[in-house]
Amino acid sequence: MLETARQYRCSTLRPTELVDDLLARIRSGSLNAFITVDEAGAMRDAGKAEKALKQGSGDTLTGIPVAVKDNICTRGIKTTCASKILANFVPTYDATVVERLRNRGAIIIGKTNLDEFAMGSTTTTSTFGPAKNPWDETRTPGGSSGGSAAAVAAGLCAGALGSDTGGSIRQPASFCGITGLKPTYGSVSRFGLVAFASSLDQIGPMARTARDTAVLYDAIKGHDPSDSTSVPRGYPAIDLKSPDMNGIRIGVPDEFFAEGLSPEVALSVRRGISTFEGLGARIIPISLPYIRYGVAVYYIIATAEASSNLARYDGVRYGVRKEGSGDLTDMYMETRAQGFGAEVKRRIMLGTYALSAGYYDAYYKKASQVRVLISQEFEAAFTRCDLIAGPTAPVCAFGLDEMMDDPLSIYLLDIYTIPANLAGLPALSLPCGFSGEGMPVGMQLIAPHFREDTLLGAGMAFQDHTGFHEVRP
Amino acid sequence: MREYDIVIGLEVHAQLLTSTKIFCGCSTKAGLPPNTNTCPVCMGMPGILPVLNRKVVAYGIKLGLATHCSITRRNIFARKNYFYPDLPKGYQITQYENPLGEHGFLEIEVGHSSKRIGITRIHMEEDAGKNIHDEHEPLSYVDFNRAGVPLLEIVSEPDITSTEEAVAYLKELRQVLMYLDICDGNMEEGSFRCDANISVKPAGSEQFGIRTELKNMNSFKNVQKALEFEINRHIGIVKSGGRVEQDTMLWNAAENRTYSMRSKEESHDYRYFPEPDLLPLEVDDAWIEEVRSLLPELPSARRRRFQLQYGIPEYDADVLTQSKPLADYFEKCTHLLDSPKEISNWIMTSVLRVLNEKGIDISALTVTPEMLTDMLSLIKKGTISISMAKDVFSEMAGTGRSSAEIVKSRGLEQVSDEVDLRDKVRDIIENNPAETEKYRAGKTQLLGFFVGQLMKATRGKANPKIANKIIKEMLDS
Repeated sequence: MLETARQYRCSTLRPTELVDDLLARIRSGSLNAFITVDEAGAMRDAGKAEKALKQGSGDTLTGIPVAVKDNICTRGIKTTCASKILANFVPTYDATVVERLRNRGAIIIGKTNLDEFAMGSTTTTSTFGPAKNPWDETRTPGGSSGGSAAAVAAGLCAGALGSDTGGSIRQPASFCGITGLKPTYGSVSRFGLVAFASSLDQIGPMARTARDTAVLYDAIKGHDPSDSTSVPRGYPAIDLKSPDMNGIRIGVPDEFFAEGLSPEVALSVRRGISTFEGLGARIIPISLPYIRYGVAVYYIIATAEASSNLARYDGVRYGVRKEGSGDLTDMYMETRAQGFGAEVKRRIMLGTYALSAGYYDAYYKKASQVRVLISQEFEAAFTRCDLIAGPTAPVCAFGLDEMMDDPLSIYLLDIYTIPANLAGLPALSLPCGFSGEGMPVGMQLIAPHFREDTLLGAGMAFQDHTGFHEVRP
Repeated sequence: MREYDIVIGLEVHAQLLTSTKIFCGCSTKAGLPPNTNTCPVCMGMPGILPVLNRKVVAYGIKLGLATHCSITRRNIFARKNYFYPDLPKGYQITQYENPLGEHGFLEIEVGHSSKRIGITRIHMEEDAGKNIHDEHEPLSYVDFNRAGVPLLEIVSEPDITSTEEAVAYLKELRQVLMYLDICDGNMEEGSFRCDANISVKPAGSEQFGIRTELKNMNSFKNVQKALEFEINRHIGIVKSGGRVEQDTMLWNAAENRTYSMRSKEESHDYRYFPEPDLLPLEVDDAWIEEVRSLLPELPSARRRRFQLQYGIPEYDADVLTQSKPLADYFEKCTHLLDSPKEISNWIMTSVLRVLNEKGIDISALTVTPEMLTDMLSLIKKGTISISMAKDVFSEMAGTGRSSAEIVKSRGLEQVSDEVDLRDKVRDIIENNPAETEKYRAGKTQLLGFFVGQLMKATRGKANPKIANKIIKEMLDS
């Protein structure tokens, strides 16, 4: 992204030229990374950007092609959430993040594939078919922001927006060998993000490098009065110079290297942590015992909120409607039975159950209490360290034909990423190595609330001394 | 002694007079073409988020303070989940565990004694849209103009023991809402809606009976009739040894009876949980005090003060405080002229008559407090009689001209000049010797005859007091 901007300024590359090339590659590719490509809009905006650059009025993002996950609303461009029920939905409004990118001159090249309503870790529950991993098209790109991750890794856009409810930015970033940031809850507006689990959802940037990720983050972050959970505070720009890792304390929780972690992943992540040590960071062993309950807590809170958030897809006002016999209840049942896929239905049922009279205290309330304990545990840990490091996912990208039938084992793919969502903390996934089969491995860094500067700084420092992010599929 | 105790609790939904909706910037104006007062927020489009209108909170605090509630410092909004076409998001944003106001009361007067009715809770929530069914098509339409209009739900304790108390409570609550200027109180148009929970039990029994919920009563008269019907229905069932079934009943005003809604209303599990899209709302002392400092005098306090300060009867105080503008009008008049009872009489008769006839509000009356009191001064000075004043008032109300102008242009001044009147009386005595003789012989009832003659001679302008005095003097001498 920064490289593209440099080329624009040196006039060795023009936006229309780049966009034209990207569109051609998207058309001929087989990754299924995009659900909708806005060819006309992208070319039009490329032309505008070109004019602005010629007049010298451009900024870093002018003419930069960005892909947007298809659960983030784009005015006049279909926003489907990869669901049949919203297959025909065209918003009349831009999400705040999209508006901010447009205002900076970025080009929205298209809408990327995802698990239906962002519910999944493999981008296989999309009604438009699975997205594929550019490193090996027989494998999953991860999910749910798998389309965005695949598009960035394959160089079909300079950067992308994803959303992360339990790891949906970081895990596909790790599977596709790119950099992905889940920002602090409340630092990026959720206005226009189709809600999955409101208290956990966060939009974030995905790009090849930590610097590009920082540039995108700077463009979308900040208070938004349209989102009551957005935090009004100062949001200073991220310093793009390589920071000094000297004396930075990195906590490494035992729990992140427990049973179920692939030895290859463990090795790469350990090496990554050693790299930081070599740069002057202090490594501190820590323990976060409560995070073992993270997955359980997450699947109660996330599904409970989802069961309510997805109630609006009733066939009354927009989206797909199935009339059934003509009776109202029948219309509801037919619309939702045919409109939602199996995983979405499973989660709606789980959440409905968790909130039911007689079960609320045992499930939702208890989960909320444990969630507080997990937050407090992180808070205590951050008195002893500045960052927490570990793997992003327990495994590397696996084959689409190795898809696990058991939803529980899929849910466990998020075991390391979920805690940051529960605590609202910012977390970054960085490429830190490759498996024996040549698949990328991701390392996760977690920082205290609103310390994206420390987080991205560490990412930049790491990438200034390693080359994993420069390897292309 | 009554055989059965009646137990009633009331649930009122008051639409607030904010200019915009509770979670978006759409207007709250009613009566516009369907779905014109809507936006992605109140239509429940994907990806939209609510932003709380703080005026709703201020209005809620106002009512809470006016009804002696404790105000909750940390308010949590909740989602009430259910499917209905008029509910855009599939859930209503309301308050569940921590309502804005709790543990208050409202004082009502029934038959010269006052009673406190407890208020369990007051909470904020959003209204739903309206389903519109077409008789001629197998189709229903939904109008979302009302979706997101702010409501306060006011839940009473089951302290109400008669239909009279129920109506008195509703009238008092409505009056308070209107005094606070937070609700227009229009029952027909649904800006003040009421549901009731009713049960009966053998007199003195500790054990509550099984309750039914009563809906669809859109006037005080309907509330009274519906409650009476439902109470009798309960008593009938209990008396015949039956069991009242817990149910939701709908009042049918055309048939004067209630119907069970059972088929529609299965036992709902609303799956309440805290609304994750809104942060907890903190209400601090400063905010509460700010609202308190702006509270107007409430109807019950004003009624008491009117009786004490102006020495007017309870009945007058009741009538005058029915609405805040009317009470304000009365007080303005008393500041201009220190005759509260006369002013009260004129307001209760002539002023209210004109308002009723014209179907207008006191604010639209052409007769200002200055004009009314000027006219009353003319009566006091003897320039016009009370009966003339009634005409003058009507003309003021019709034309907006001042009483002085009307009196002058119509030549209505009373003749109070004694010399002039004595001349005329002398003529009358001379021209009516027979009557004079009879009067002087003791038939004093004939005084009226002479007064009449004098009125005739002065075309009704003789000051009656002076006329009486002079005629008496001259006949007796």
